[in-house]
Amino acid sequence: MTVDETIRQVLAEHGRLAVPVDSLGDDTDLFGAGMTSHASVNVMLALEDAFDFEFSEKMLKKSTFESIGAIRTGVLEMTGG
Amino acid sequence: MSASTSETLRVGMDLISIEEVAASVDHFGDRYVMRLFTPHEIETCRTGGCAARGRDAYAVDSLAARFAAKEAVVKVLRPVEMQPDWRSIEIHRMTGGWCEIRLSGQAAELAAEAGIGELTVSLSHETSVAGAVVVGRCLERERGV
Repeated sequence: MTVDETIRQVLAEHGRLAVPVDSLGDDTDLFGAGMTSHASVNVMLALEDAFDFEFSEKMLKKSTFESIGAIRTGVLEMTGG
Repeated sequence: MSASTSETLRVGMDLISIEEVAASVDHFGDRYVMRLFTPHEIETCRTGGCAARGRDAYAVDSLAARFAAKEAVVKVLRPVEMQPDWRSIEIHRMTGGWCEIRLSGQAAELAAEAGIGELTVSLSHETSVAGAVVVGRCLERERGV
């Protein structure tokens, strides 16, 4: 499974989005698509499980989780990808 | 030029599904709890014995109310970019049963920048939903000519 596929699977399972994940573009605002702050915590923890790392404190900001593209950037930064 | 201060109020409120929090505790366990809550909050909400796991280990309605209160505090602090660590906002249960808000770290810095000198909170929960209202007293410095 690619990084993007894993991110989309995590969002489908934990993002509590109001729209299907397949309809989201790379830059679609996830909070605008219905993801709450609490859901973003679940997404963060599920991403850590999926990619086997822990987000650093400086990554724990709203912008890290605002879009699939932003999440990919954060994941690749943390995993050295 | 003279300077004066004016007092304003900021209000934040939040609601959350208790089942949503319970499901997170079930799925992520103590890792979820420890990323969001301070040792005091965990101690206050822990109900099960050492062998209890998932939602059986905590009063999830109380955890949900505390998360709602933290989110309400964030709404009062109005961060532009950096989201304060959830644990830098503590809902501290007093001996009498009411709760106070204690800030540290990034949350305390945001409050200081906004001139927020006092925060008060009210928590509530019923069968399926928990909520909180937070009021912040904000002293803003105004410059006159």
